[in-house]
Amino acid sequence: MSTTALEPIVHHGTVVEHDGHHGGLIPIAPERQLQFNRLGMWLFIISETFLFAGILIMRIVLGRNEDGFTRPELSQSLGLLITSILLVSSFFVNRAEVAIKHNDRFQFNLSTFLAILLGLIFVGGVVYEWDEALNHFKPDGHIEGGLFFFMTGVHALHVITGVLFLLIVFFNGIRGHYSSKSHWGVESAALYWHFVDVVWVFFYVALYLIGTVPETVAH
Amino acid sequence: MLIPRPLRILYHIGLVRGLVVGIIAMIAGMILTNIVRAAFGMDTMDLLLPLEALFGSTVWQARTNPDTATEVVTGMGAIFFTLGFLAGVGSLNDWFAWSIGRKGGDGHFHPKEGIPTWTRYFSFDTNHKVVGIQYGLTSILVLMVGGLFALIFRTELAQPGLQFLNNQQYNNYIGIHGLLMIAAVLLGVGALSNYLVPIMIGAQDMAFPRLNGFSYWIGVPAAILLLMALPMGGFDTGWTAYPPLSVRAPLGMQFVLLSIFILGFQSIVGSINLLVTIFMMRAPGMTWFRMPIFVWGVLAASLLQFTATQFFGLAFISVLIERWVNIPFYDPARGGNVTLYQHIFWFYSHPTVYIWVLPGLGVISEILPVFSRKPLFGYKPIALSSMAIAFMGYLVWAHHMFTSAMDPFLRLPFMLTTLTIAVPTGIKFFNWIGTLWGGKIHISTPMLFSLGAFILFLLGGLTGPPNGLVVTGIHLHDTHWVVAHFHITVFGGFLFSFLSAIYFWFPKMTGKMFNEFLGRVHFWFMFGGFATFALSLFRIGVLGMPRRYADYQSEWGFGSLNMLATIGAFFAGGSMLIFIFNMAFSARYGVKAAPNPWRSRSLEWQIASPVPEFNFSAIPEIVGHPYDYGLPGAVYAILSPEDQVAPLEDAYTPLDQPEAIGSGVAAVPVAGD
Repeated sequence: MSTTALEPIVHHGTVVEHDGHHGGLIPIAPERQLQFNRLGMWLFIISETFLFAGILIMRIVLGRNEDGFTRPELSQSLGLLITSILLVSSFFVNRAEVAIKHNDRFQFNLSTFLAILLGLIFVGGVVYEWDEALNHFKPDGHIEGGLFFFMTGVHALHVITGVLFLLIVFFNGIRGHYSSKSHWGVESAALYWHFVDVVWVFFYVALYLIGTVPETVAH
Repeated sequence: MLIPRPLRILYHIGLVRGLVVGIIAMIAGMILTNIVRAAFGMDTMDLLLPLEALFGSTVWQARTNPDTATEVVTGMGAIFFTLGFLAGVGSLNDWFAWSIGRKGGDGHFHPKEGIPTWTRYFSFDTNHKVVGIQYGLTSILVLMVGGLFALIFRTELAQPGLQFLNNQQYNNYIGIHGLLMIAAVLLGVGALSNYLVPIMIGAQDMAFPRLNGFSYWIGVPAAILLLMALPMGGFDTGWTAYPPLSVRAPLGMQFVLLSIFILGFQSIVGSINLLVTIFMMRAPGMTWFRMPIFVWGVLAASLLQFTATQFFGLAFISVLIERWVNIPFYDPARGGNVTLYQHIFWFYSHPTVYIWVLPGLGVISEILPVFSRKPLFGYKPIALSSMAIAFMGYLVWAHHMFTSAMDPFLRLPFMLTTLTIAVPTGIKFFNWIGTLWGGKIHISTPMLFSLGAFILFLLGGLTGPPNGLVVTGIHLHDTHWVVAHFHITVFGGFLFSFLSAIYFWFPKMTGKMFNEFLGRVHFWFMFGGFATFALSLFRIGVLGMPRRYADYQSEWGFGSLNMLATIGAFFAGGSMLIFIFNMAFSARYGVKAAPNPWRSRSLEWQIASPVPEFNFSAIPEIVGHPYDYGLPGAVYAILSPEDQVAPLEDAYTPLDQPEAIGSGVAAVPVAGD
């Protein structure tokens, strides 16, 4: 039996210099780590998009009933108000991110604080809206009302998560943990906040604008 | 030292800490939920009832017909348990430190004085190889438990008439079998991809090592909650949890819903981590079409996994919400729609089979060229067919719903997409045949399992179109034909390739060689047993025996075939004991293996076994194609001389020294490549 020479699978040689990390972890450059983080965050947002898309599909499928495509009876002015509040909060989050890029700490802290405040007002608005809506329909009544509580509830849960992120950013920010060079925490919280905001734009349209309110509210 | 050593070791085992903190958090969470409910004037749950049922003779009525208070309080208990477990294991430490502005740990393993190193396998660890082995061990454990349930109800089905199970138990066992196996397969995919992908692409670890450790540990409370479903009254819906039955099912149902929802975190977080790793961390020179084919399979599967899993979570959590606060998603009397659940559910649950099989098919594509000593035939078609399967996987879900309330005109487009998916799958098969054709085929245990996977997956593929065609699909729907088709596809596409992968990479993981004879015995018992089981089940299905029925009449003539299927299942299940013995024994007492016993060209085989803590001391450079077997002068990678290990003289290399195999196994002559 002749075992001939194996094909040379690898060549010997050194590609990367060791610079003292013998057998250890070669550190990842901060810029490279930032790229990892950004990609990971965007993939997470794409993943979440599927969740909200699924919920919107539920709304569109379940919205059609014997009265045509309907929407729940809600206060239009209140809906417009809380939508505006959330959109304005996104502006302040963006302002905070720009400020920390320019090392403007005062503006950064102020904007983050205002964004948190507006986020909390939005959550308060949703709670007030729930209280109002309970006069017309209940979660365990018709699915149309149930979906309103489900969609606003799932979204509000994400807003509360965003507020928690912003609070972490705020408290680390006032202790000076971020700089123009290193502020991934700010960037990711801002990205998440904008995402939750965009989701609400779709949810607002789906709950407040499309469809008709049935003449006789029998639910 | 004030604390005795065993207690100190126990404290440093993350699993123990997690369980203790988890149980405390669970009790606290249940009491807290009760207090909050009482404050809002809602009814509360008597927390002593389950304890009384456990230690006394009383029956906990709320198990089978739960009221809302029991549901919400136990459910919140389960959620608090999960959070407490994750905190207790230590998977949240660094993130918590960062969020309060501290520095946190460096994320690496540091041995502690007096604590044995085996404890790291039972603790939170960020090294991808440790995480991979954790996934693998858990997967096999869950697989065995799930298989045990299968054998129990398979024995019941061996003869007509109810022998030792009642209908409720039968329903519980088929449901828990299905879900445990799904969890096991997902954990197995995690095992392979976590262990192999970073080494194969020439990286030192995953992109997010802490997230990697977290994604394993979140699966452990999920598995515990899943097993809790049985003592909590079980669930009679099967694994699909279709409403309205799942809305009214016993308390066990909500443990299933919560458990699978939590398992979804593992899938999503794990697949995002793998995607970032594959996108960003490939070694210099490793272009997309120089990636090992297994990495392509993981890439395609992860793309499906990180998106579609959200729908699984949505389906299950909406049922849970309907149970908790009675939002009538699935109650047609109040405007709900039951078919909607099936759409949401299958939008994940069909792609999930591709999440399982794509890495499995990647393993087959990886192993065939090594044991044929030939380049992989059609590398690009195989790589791109994985992507095609992943993309098509989104478009076929409603073929599970031909007999549902779905509008009948939708059957046609879904039939067409379903049949089209046979094209990329066929591409793989023809390229595998091309790889084997004219090769110097060495039959060794990993190759046997890959060939077995090839045959079984082929049978699974060929029995698919009859389900996909509307005319035959409606007849075959919910019969044992579907059960057989599904099982043969998953055995071929995943389980056999998983076992093949474990045998193939066992020397890399442990540095020891498994017993070849026992490996072959395992293969033949498993292959024979499973083929008997599946082929009998096909026949039973065509004869018209419905699935999910605990019983059948003797006049229908399924009896002998069912007996045959049961015997086959026992052979297949029993052979797993040989496997576990072989692995456990060889890991400790096995012969020392050469670093590259299979003479593979892949990166992981060029470095020492077991793999060093950070894989490579210098990032390798990729200069060629990974599968140029037998091509003189072909170079794949340039490694640092420190990483490139010389073959050990006394090591066991079955392909080079066939006489060393010994006892009763056919020698494999290697006539030079």
